[in-house]
Amino acid sequence: MSILVIAEHDNASLKGATLNVVTAAKAIGGDVEILVAGSNCGGAAEAAAKVEGVAKVLVADNAAYEHQLAENTALLIAEVGKNYTHVLAPATSNGKNIAPRAAALLDVQAISDIISVESADTFKRPVYAGNVIATVQSSDAVKVITVRGTAFDAAATEGGSAAVEALASATDAGISSFVGEELAVSDRPELTAASIVISGGRGMQNGDNFEMLYKVADKLGAAVGASRAAVDAGFVPNDMQVGQTGKIVAPDLYVAVGISGAIQHLAGMKDSKVIVAINKDEEAPIFQVADYGLVADLFEAVPELEGKI
Amino acid sequence: MKILVAVKRVVDYNVKVRPKSDGTDVDIANAKMSINPFCEIAVEEAVRLKEKGVATEIVAVSMGPKQSQEQIRTAMALGADRGILVETDAELQPLAVAKCLNAIVAKESPDLIIMGKQTIDGDNNQTGQMLGALAGLPQGTFASEVDVAEGKVKVTREIDGGLQTVELNLPAIVTTDLRLNEPRYASLPNIMKAKKKPLDTTTPEELGVDAAPRVQTLKVEPPAERQAGIKVADVAELVDKLKNEAKVIS
Repeated sequence: MSILVIAEHDNASLKGATLNVVTAAKAIGGDVEILVAGSNCGGAAEAAAKVEGVAKVLVADNAAYEHQLAENTALLIAEVGKNYTHVLAPATSNGKNIAPRAAALLDVQAISDIISVESADTFKRPVYAGNVIATVQSSDAVKVITVRGTAFDAAATEGGSAAVEALASATDAGISSFVGEELAVSDRPELTAASIVISGGRGMQNGDNFEMLYKVADKLGAAVGASRAAVDAGFVPNDMQVGQTGKIVAPDLYVAVGISGAIQHLAGMKDSKVIVAINKDEEAPIFQVADYGLVADLFEAVPELEGKI
Repeated sequence: MKILVAVKRVVDYNVKVRPKSDGTDVDIANAKMSINPFCEIAVEEAVRLKEKGVATEIVAVSMGPKQSQEQIRTAMALGADRGILVETDAELQPLAVAKCLNAIVAKESPDLIIMGKQTIDGDNNQTGQMLGALAGLPQGTFASEVDVAEGKVKVTREIDGGLQTVELNLPAIVTTDLRLNEPRYASLPNIMKAKKKPLDTTTPEELGVDAAPRVQTLKVEPPAERQAGIKVADVAELVDKLKNEAKVIS
């Protein structure tokens, strides 16, 4: 077996999501190689070569891959990936954008968002918003898979010394171009990578009140998230959304503040190690999954919490 | 400009789906069925483009059992002009759906194809991307804004950490994210009118598509349940538990 892992990176550095995919690849077994497709992406390739358990790093360094447009990158992945038994990408917005396109080029049915490896061709994945876990078996020659990062530990970033091989391939489909990007700038850790996440829901009442959560987060080194209700109400931007339609997180500590606990939110955070719920409604479903529940007015409890940590 | 919109019949989002006790499949025999929410957003976007004078015709296509006509009629009540049903009782996986859509795209030559980013049953998030590969068309996935001008479409995409804007040559594929728009409700007169709009039926076989599943579902089961913990009396007790019992803060 030979497994190609598609690197998540920003050219300069390798993103943590790649490390969880490497662990999933090791669970399948066989040689694990990483493909870094980018432009001036030497930094990311170097980091990939150090990841423990990686046999080889393939680098396609070309302007066509600078923003990893799906039209160009999928052509590359299909071309390179046909020589492997498995192609694995993280279930990030980037991975979800590219992997299915590469799969169709290879004429294989991709498998999305796996949470466990049962064998080389059998995997578990959530369906119906996480209400059902399906065990699925692929009969395709190349298995193209996206991996849910929270379900696999991160591989070590040191300890590997993989060979780095440059690919000459440069495929520009010429049908799409990058216009621009607006990324939220924050000193706080990324939601999906943070070991502590504190999230606010509709109970926060408005966007300004999230300031209380930011203060707690900064003391704990935590990321700040939100429920879909808070996003839909316009309190905070959508990239903060935790849930089935937002980000899936599994930190060591998840603090849900003013969140009732709709199934779609639980689907995004229920694998957290420790869950704390602060809500004034003691009947709120969030308490059914919380390790520690505090029935209290969040406008009193959160500032008090900030003072005591 | 012609727009093709794909819609899927799925279990209504309010239904809590459970596995059958023998673990062979999900129990949805008598569940309420609806148009997939992301597909509804796709229809709304197409209708808005028509109202703006950008689009002239909207074709709604669905695949699945005969009853999927209901979802095509829903799309028509919202503003689609005609429909195509690819009728089959067999399970269609995303690759097969993309192949059927590709055959329809070849016949209909739409300038824009709008579809949901994922369905809320399979949660695959694949079909639009796969259609892009098969048809050789560019894709603007997870769209929160769509702007058609001068033979191109600019799509603002929801990505991890923010927004990305790409420009695509037409014809192109757009898959919708939640914030693209808020779908309207169909009015009663429009529901009545929709019943008279043309609806053609075809099959995967007629489209020349081998729709055989490539992935087999061996088993379905409920997710691991999480047990409720304890209630703490106040913030002081909470902080104490987090520090000394759970040891997740210091």
